[in-house]
Amino acid sequence: MSFYDEIKSTGWAEVQKDIESRSDADVDSALGTFRSGGVDLGHFMSLLSPAAGNHLERAAGLAHNITRQRFGNTIGLFAPLYLSNFCNNSCAYCGFNCKNPIRRLILTPEQAKAEGLFIRNMGFRSLLLVAGEAPQVASLDYFVETAQTLRPLFPSLGLEIYPMSVEEYRPLIDCGVDGLTVFQETYNETAYELFHLGGKKKDYKWRLETPERGGEAGFRRLGLGALLGLDNWRVEAFLMGLHAKYLMRKYWRAQISISFPRLRPAAGAFEIPQEVSDKDFAQLLIALRLFLPDAGFTLSTREPPQLRDNLLALGITSMSAGSKTDPGGYTHPQAQDAEAQFEISDDRDPGTVAEVIRQKGYEPVWKDWDEALS
Amino acid sequence: MEDSLIIAGRRFSSRLLIGTGKFSSAEVMQRAMEASGAEIVTVALRRVELDNPRDSILNAVDKSKYLLLPNTSGAANADEAVRLARLARAAGCEPWVKLEVTPDPRYLLPDPVETLKATEILVKEGFIVLPYIQADPILAKRLEDAGAATVMPLGAPIGSNRGIRTRDAIAIIIEGANVPVVVDAGLGAPSHAALALELGADAVLINTAIAVASDPEAMAAAFNLGVQAGRKAFLAGLGGYRLDARASSPLTGFLR
Repeated sequence: MSFYDEIKSTGWAEVQKDIESRSDADVDSALGTFRSGGVDLGHFMSLLSPAAGNHLERAAGLAHNITRQRFGNTIGLFAPLYLSNFCNNSCAYCGFNCKNPIRRLILTPEQAKAEGLFIRNMGFRSLLLVAGEAPQVASLDYFVETAQTLRPLFPSLGLEIYPMSVEEYRPLIDCGVDGLTVFQETYNETAYELFHLGGKKKDYKWRLETPERGGEAGFRRLGLGALLGLDNWRVEAFLMGLHAKYLMRKYWRAQISISFPRLRPAAGAFEIPQEVSDKDFAQLLIALRLFLPDAGFTLSTREPPQLRDNLLALGITSMSAGSKTDPGGYTHPQAQDAEAQFEISDDRDPGTVAEVIRQKGYEPVWKDWDEALS
Repeated sequence: MEDSLIIAGRRFSSRLLIGTGKFSSAEVMQRAMEASGAEIVTVALRRVELDNPRDSILNAVDKSKYLLLPNTSGAANADEAVRLARLARAAGCEPWVKLEVTPDPRYLLPDPVETLKATEILVKEGFIVLPYIQADPILAKRLEDAGAATVMPLGAPIGSNRGIRTRDAIAIIIEGANVPVVVDAGLGAPSHAALALELGADAVLINTAIAVASDPEAMAAAFNLGVQAGRKAFLAGLGGYRLDARASSPLTGFLR
């Protein structure tokens, strides 16, 4: 049974109501019974409740300690490399929306290598390849060739590209790609249709089952994420937690990680349906950490420096730094802005971010994988 | 006679081995290493750049003071572990390897089948192999037969700090072993380390409990004392753990 089948009968409104009905005593019980294996489902709901907002400091202490025990005093660093902003999809919130009149660009594998060298010289040994959904220009062959070109520079290569089939993923794994990330954006199928107006991404089920196809194909790392702000964050977090647990059971060889992209207010941009405050964001991180003590948690440069620095201690295990979200943006920085997928809030260079990580009492880890491992 | 730990013919005066993961900085790690009294320090090959002369972890380990024991953390099968070990030797490391084959990234439990397979290959290639295993007495014997230099059964899952949860099986491993038994993983307090040595283990390996302590240097010193206390108690003839322990003078000598 796929995860889609497993949650099909889960009513969004009922889950929300259940979470919102949890009391202080429920939260107290969840925190009081916390063990290193993580809380159970009922307690997870309590930790996501409005009532748990009054117990954040205590919960944060547990999240901090369990993360340190499992992952140590270290923070992994990686950089995204945007290969292409061509996209056939029309997603209401995205800068790459095919309706947006922006300059479209796809890097040749050689240009990608130049960007890769630049990123490597900044210190990174873990790279995330990102592209919009346009197989007519960015085909499977294109990704294979690009991955092969970049492989000698990076012991760890991840993909954040459009969903593919198991058969399409295999040649990518064979050439050394170890990670696959796909954001569900929202787990609410009804709301999903409202934001995904055109293109193949309209297919909720195909997207939701992508991590399963990735697990089947044999990726070593599988990444999930909801675009926070599209719908009720408490329910998104609950279903994301279930999704992670499902994948851990079914693809037990894969390391599951969660990213936390959040829509942030910007002038003239997409109006955020259900804004997630900093406090909500912290609560979501903490609750997920107490439910999933050994999932990787990733934070991007969408968030502002001060918040990133403070969220570090609440369960984050890896971060991007110095990111450019437009193709070619590292080596040709003048081309910025119009083509970027989202606005960067933390534009500090990687060296500065690494120094802040050190000041916070963590070792910044640039390399945590080896090409001998895949 | 001096009480030494001997692995593959090499003599060590400390029975505490330490890991280098999870520390907040190379400096904190160095101070902890110093305070631990350890002479064997294990390093995850996936974390280091063997060809980079400025690698922060490799540079932090003084090779004149410590045996740098590369480990294959991250390997999910025998092939990957063997590849990593060969890379380390090719880059100039001594042919020692702490073999970790852990296909499950959550609890990092060792795969017995792949571990045995990798041990057989690496021993043939001349490596001194220290395999990380479940506390499985039969597997321990099989590895010994395959030429492993030690066996390293876990006390509890890596990083769990839960102590020796596999006590009975570890006692059987110790009873039957002809190679040193190093209890690895899960030891969260100096008292856990002391217990391992009291049971007759030859050494312990500690990482998380030291690295994530508020004061890693002081915790490393405490583990050093725990290990010494446990070993002294074992040598002193601790009662109660082993019924077949030798009596200080023969009980049946009068019969001859």
